[in-house]
Amino acid sequence: MRTHEQFADELALYALNELQGSDLQEFEQHLERCASCRRELQAMRADLGLLGLSVVGPKPPARSKERLMRAIAAEPRGVPAPAVVQTSGRRSFWLAWIPAAIALALLVFAISLRQSNQALHDQLAELRNRYNDQKVQLAQAQENMKLLLAPDAIHVSLTPQNASRHPSATAIFSPSQNRMTLMASNLPPVPPGKAYELWVIPPMGAPVNAGVFKPDAHGNAMMLDHPMPIGVEPKTFAVTVEDEAGSDKPTTPIVIAGTMGEGQ
Amino acid sequence: MGMIEHPDMPHADTSGDTRLIARIRAGDQGAMSELYDRYSSVVYGVALRVLQDAAAAEDILQDIFLQLWRRPDAFDGSRGSMVAWLAVIARHRAIDRLRKRRPETDIEEVVIAGTTDLRDEAERTLVIEKVRSALGEMNEDQRKALEMAYFQGLTHSEIAEKTGEPLGTIKTRIRSGLQALRARFA
Repeated sequence: MRTHEQFADELALYALNELQGSDLQEFEQHLERCASCRRELQAMRADLGLLGLSVVGPKPPARSKERLMRAIAAEPRGVPAPAVVQTSGRRSFWLAWIPAAIALALLVFAISLRQSNQALHDQLAELRNRYNDQKVQLAQAQENMKLLLAPDAIHVSLTPQNASRHPSATAIFSPSQNRMTLMASNLPPVPPGKAYELWVIPPMGAPVNAGVFKPDAHGNAMMLDHPMPIGVEPKTFAVTVEDEAGSDKPTTPIVIAGTMGEGQ
Repeated sequence: MGMIEHPDMPHADTSGDTRLIARIRAGDQGAMSELYDRYSSVVYGVALRVLQDAAAAEDILQDIFLQLWRRPDAFDGSRGSMVAWLAVIARHRAIDRLRKRRPETDIEEVVIAGTTDLRDEAERTLVIEKVRSALGEMNEDQRKALEMAYFQGLTHSEIAEKTGEPLGTIKTRIRSGLQALRARFA
């Protein structure tokens, strides 16, 4: 909603007939309500009228007056001229009905205001409900995260009895969000200066670096809500040991790997 | 004294113009002739300056006076000055034509503050000189901005683009230019 000052700033534009479209409509609505702008507009038009006087000088040719006088002689008073007089009649009609039209417009405006007020109330209530739902979901997610990220969280991998403990990981990937979470366990410690590097391998083409991570003392590691490389369609996720700064391509054998659609 | 006035000024005698309008309303062609003699040079001068084309300016002149003949009540002497009213309408119509758009200005929609009656040619000359002198006292940038807006029909943004000045500066120049003009007649 524009302020009075902003409308006042446009007075000259309006007086010069340069306002168009919605700006013009909004300005005219403001003008109906604002006596001060109406007064200033009239004064500004007087200024513009004065400005016009600065170029008075050349006289119109004499034939111009003859032409006009012939034209008015051909239109005796009371004979309506085609387009303009029709407009005039319509205008006079409207002038006579202006008070009623204003009252009607105000009534319509009041009704539409009430309706839009109700609609805003409904929208507000819906937004409040959504907000409450999301607050609950957020609280649940935070609780889950708290558990996952707790320093004392114990990750227990359930494996068949008597089987040796192998490194394993689960990658959760959302193509629509292009984000993923990786949870790994039983990872052997890496040498100093080294880290695990996650690779995203498209169906065709070379592996792409998707970030580095280090496991904790228990061999657990997590990459939460991790952005994926842009423009890569993942087919396989793989982990190798690389320099902790990350490598452009895998330089050591794959420690663990998983292909989408397999083992789900 | 038929000086151009503004809202804060006492109203001058408007009988000359309003009386002519009353006679035109009654179908007096002689009154139309008098009104034409009084103000045709204002309408023609403005239209010619905008359009730079004598034939086109003549068309605007015909159009405006013919409409006044058909709808004399469009001019309300109690609400404005005839000379300023005609000048503004001439300017708007000429700009409409310059831009090859349908006439958007309805003569009844233009309401001008103050009342003016320049029935006497000497008075008209005096007012015109006063306006020219006010314009002459403005700095060049201010006068140029006013002229571009008024006679070339450029929007504030177009003027800003053309002159390379910020939009705010152009707005200020136009507004203060008009105020300076107003001050001369206060």
